[in-house]
Amino acid sequence: MADDMMVLDPEAQQEKQPKVGETKTASVLFGIPQLGLTHVDRQVPVDEPPPLPENSALKYVGHPTVRYDGVQKVSGRGKYTADVHLPGMLYAYMLGADVPHGRILSVDTSAAERYPGVKAVYVIEHDYGGIAELRDPKAETPSRYPVVRYAGQPIAAVAATSQAVAEDAAKLIQVKYDPMPFVVERGDARQADAPLVFPGPADAAGSAGGGGGPKDVPQTGNVHGPEKKTKGDPEAGFKEADVIVEGEYFTQVQTHSALETHGVVADWKPDELTIYASTQGTASVRDEFAEVFKLPKSKVRVITEFMGGGFGAKFGAGNEGVVAANLSRKAGAPVRLMLDRRQEHIVSNRPDSHQKLRIGAKRDGTLTAIELISYGTAGVGTGAGTAGPATNLYKCANIRTEENDVFVNAGPGAAFRAPGHPQGCFAFEQTIDDLAVKLNMDPLDLREKIDESPARKVERQIIREKTNWRDRKAAGADTGPVKRGMGIAQSVWYRFVDMDSSCEVRVAKDGSVEVLSAVQDIGGGTKTILAQVVAEEFGIPPHNVQVRVGDTRYPIGPNSGGSVTAGSITPAIRNTAWQAKQKFLQAVAAPLGTTADNLELRDGNVAWKDGSRSVSLRSAAAKMPTSEISARTTRVPDYEKAKLTYGGVDYVELAVDTETGRVHLEKVFGVHDCGRPINPTGVISQVHGGILQGISYALFEQRVMDRQKGYMLNANLESYKIVGAREVPEIEVELIENYIGQSSTDAAGIGESAGIITLAAAIGNAFYNATGVRMRSIPMTPSNVLAALGKTSGEMTV
Amino acid sequence: MNRFTFVDCATVDEALSQMKGDAVVKAGGIDLLDLMKDGIVSPPKLVSILNVRSLHSIGLTDRGLELGPLTTLSEIAEHPEIQQRYAGLSDAAGHAATPQVRNMATLGGNLMQRPRCWYFRSTDFDCRKKGSSDECHALQGENQYHAIVNNKSCAMVHPSSTAVPLLAMDAEVELTSKAGKRTVAMRDFYVAPEVDLQRETAVKPGELITAIRVPSPAAGTRSAYQKYGEKESFDWPIADAGVVLEMDGRTCRKAAIVLGVAAPTPIHATDAEAALRGKVIDERTAREAGKLAVANATPLSQNGYKVQLFQTAVYRTILLAAGQMGRDPSAVG
Repeated sequence: MADDMMVLDPEAQQEKQPKVGETKTASVLFGIPQLGLTHVDRQVPVDEPPPLPENSALKYVGHPTVRYDGVQKVSGRGKYTADVHLPGMLYAYMLGADVPHGRILSVDTSAAERYPGVKAVYVIEHDYGGIAELRDPKAETPSRYPVVRYAGQPIAAVAATSQAVAEDAAKLIQVKYDPMPFVVERGDARQADAPLVFPGPADAAGSAGGGGGPKDVPQTGNVHGPEKKTKGDPEAGFKEADVIVEGEYFTQVQTHSALETHGVVADWKPDELTIYASTQGTASVRDEFAEVFKLPKSKVRVITEFMGGGFGAKFGAGNEGVVAANLSRKAGAPVRLMLDRRQEHIVSNRPDSHQKLRIGAKRDGTLTAIELISYGTAGVGTGAGTAGPATNLYKCANIRTEENDVFVNAGPGAAFRAPGHPQGCFAFEQTIDDLAVKLNMDPLDLREKIDESPARKVERQIIREKTNWRDRKAAGADTGPVKRGMGIAQSVWYRFVDMDSSCEVRVAKDGSVEVLSAVQDIGGGTKTILAQVVAEEFGIPPHNVQVRVGDTRYPIGPNSGGSVTAGSITPAIRNTAWQAKQKFLQAVAAPLGTTADNLELRDGNVAWKDGSRSVSLRSAAAKMPTSEISARTTRVPDYEKAKLTYGGVDYVELAVDTETGRVHLEKVFGVHDCGRPINPTGVISQVHGGILQGISYALFEQRVMDRQKGYMLNANLESYKIVGAREVPEIEVELIENYIGQSSTDAAGIGESAGIITLAAAIGNAFYNATGVRMRSIPMTPSNVLAALGKTSGEMTV
Repeated sequence: MNRFTFVDCATVDEALSQMKGDAVVKAGGIDLLDLMKDGIVSPPKLVSILNVRSLHSIGLTDRGLELGPLTTLSEIAEHPEIQQRYAGLSDAAGHAATPQVRNMATLGGNLMQRPRCWYFRSTDFDCRKKGSSDECHALQGENQYHAIVNNKSCAMVHPSSTAVPLLAMDAEVELTSKAGKRTVAMRDFYVAPEVDLQRETAVKPGELITAIRVPSPAAGTRSAYQKYGEKESFDWPIADAGVVLEMDGRTCRKAAIVLGVAAPTPIHATDAEAALRGKVIDERTAREAGKLAVANATPLSQNGYKVQLFQTAVYRTILLAAGQMGRDPSAVG
């Protein structure tokens, strides 16, 4: 799912869906319980299973369920990519460029090759790490090696008998550069005389997880854009406005910092290339390896059994993957290549932003016009647009946005949990808050006026009832040095479906049930919801379902980006399980002396529907004529073409120490929706994670680049600061059920809208409520906070 | 890979005889191993003193407190009598780093850790401090965490939490070499960059810290330490203050105020100390002392905020020492 697609037109994607064959009319559940549930008629495929009732009427789906592989994870038995040890495996290390910009004149690997323990050396000839490519390659003199455009860009690699030998040997590789002028800060790069990162227009492809910016835009110097979009007549809208609010906001570069760094174990064999990958897409990784190495897809196998986080940065082969496979081919042995933490910080990030916003409104709050101009840097990549929230949160007839990518000599941006939206929301939801101030309206009341989402209406009502909102004081009302405040912000995300969502369900003669799909569980709990959906059909506890995922030998699954996984795979799982169940009942009905339509699966038994008899699933399965019954299906399209969004409302209570610049979060209360929650425990856990990552983004994280030499100064977890246990406030999360009548499960993902989008804005709004001062930059460190409060001495630079 | 030999010593004599050439002493190894992993130092030999039991002790007498250099920060923080008589030292030891680090980090190692500066601690940069160039990148570069005082030649900061109260308490360090023992006062222990950029402490080659002695506090003495950072835990201080007040009732007879991470070494805020002498301690006098503590600051392009932060750290820590304010929720660790 490309995030640009998300912002442009989610409907376009539905056009690609295959035509549905014969259909039937089904009456499906619709609505939000708090607003009253109803049923709507949908045309659905004839073999679609019967619609599900609401969660409370189900046995396993929709009920809190323990993580399927939780014990394996916490006991260390779950094998992550870095835990893979194959016989004869070698260890690899990539040497990075030590100039931020330059042409490579020569790479001398002879000393490395001679180093004891070294089995293979590989010099990179093409970059697979997300660097934008020149529209006209002739704009640059051809070179045997990729041009170095950021410090740390991989150049060559060594595979050796130990990690230490590989690192020592890699450092013996002699690289001669013709250094070129460089620029690492967005503001500097926009200057007319700034060094050029690319000699002509360049575009980045993005990944299966998004990232990448528009390709058909002008480029002036380092500024790639603007991408202009206009709806209605913004000029007329501003003329019509009774009030206009304006704001200028800055956000920083955030690195992904997943617990598990990027990496693979590549095992090149004559008959098959096997890749153990830390990835969000077994399918997308398989496809890229097949393409790069010109192998049939059937000869590339990708395995991701356990995955330690990606947040959007792990979809392709990556330089590390291509390098490891090349080294494995050369050495004739499996090769492990995991990035170290410093490399991990450099290879991907969330772009920064400088945004100017203008919003016009009538006295009653009705929005008449929105204008957003944004600049952001995705380093040597693109994808820094921030217009999602301004365009999609509220009703407004007249919207103009101009988004610009600014190239700098720093690692490429990549999709990162709700690309563009945390930045966009930080600016937009604070400007909406400013509008509420100017209109003298309660910020929640203003949103009642401008927000058309029924889900967020319910969510706001829950916030009103269950938080201290009613005690909210005027901005800056506290007198001492420590000031308290409350704020809210809202998020929007979009319903995307990956039609490449297939699976198989098998029933064995001993009654055991197995589900297989290449879909990977990147930590969100996919294995658990697969087990629940199969369990619901078979009437057995989820932990009795054997879940096998994360291997491209199984039916291909969706790539996990843009919150697509649950909404894409669970309907396929349910349909397959339902079909397998029908086949099973057909197979055992005669031996049981009845017909399938008299039978159902319930409480681990095959039961007669009239309640007269039941036999255990196991003993019924023993009567199967074959040793296995299986079904396999692929996702059918959503029942209706519709532009659907999800959202959340997050509430923050905090204290600002105006003499130290410390922001103390005291309470976060989030209310979120993701269609039908399959496993509320898992969804709430993901929202907690999103809130924590949002707090971390708002208060602590920032990439620091040295302008003199072009290196990242804090490429470690000591100086690159991430929220810790002591900074975690009290967090409460509520889910609402939102039945949308779109698929056989009505599930949707929560990864993006889970707090990461809203927290910086909600904290900003609470900060304003506390102090009467608007935080226009993040992270809200003592340095930035004291500057905003006018309490620093000495020369300050932004 | 760092190739080195490792010698595990059981006695001071054994350690002294092993400390030859470029050998480096290792106690808890907290900072040393980081420096080795980052390629900043690559000693050929590590002399481990972690198992020298005679250096692992806490002694309290009428003359004062004597700490073996291997006493861990946790042990200092948790010791009831240290908490009572040397509250500032207990605070500092208990608020450094993280619980895991404090369980392993020794007092000697805490004093001997190398300064903080992301240019110094990166092999990407040659610099004046490393002796590999004449530049100080922090002066023109990214200096938000750097020194605001005495920062003209090298703007690094020394992050030892315990050095701050030890300096305020007039502690002394016993150094032992094959030639014998000598004592160095804390005020002479750290060497400022303008004196010698390469030497960081008074410890000479072949010398081992064998004791840290803190004199018995005068009657009416109260002390406190507070550390301010960006995060509550697992973070370096961006301002910290140690305060020792000798009180007659509410009147301050004598004050010691020491600032950590304000300068390349911990420093006394002498004007602030003088301003409290003979004064009743209250919020007004404490705030005035806070201002005086940083009156001579020369902040760099990005660390002007530390001037405000130190004013706050000093006034609130004076009030904490005087028992007029609780521990500051904004102080970290």
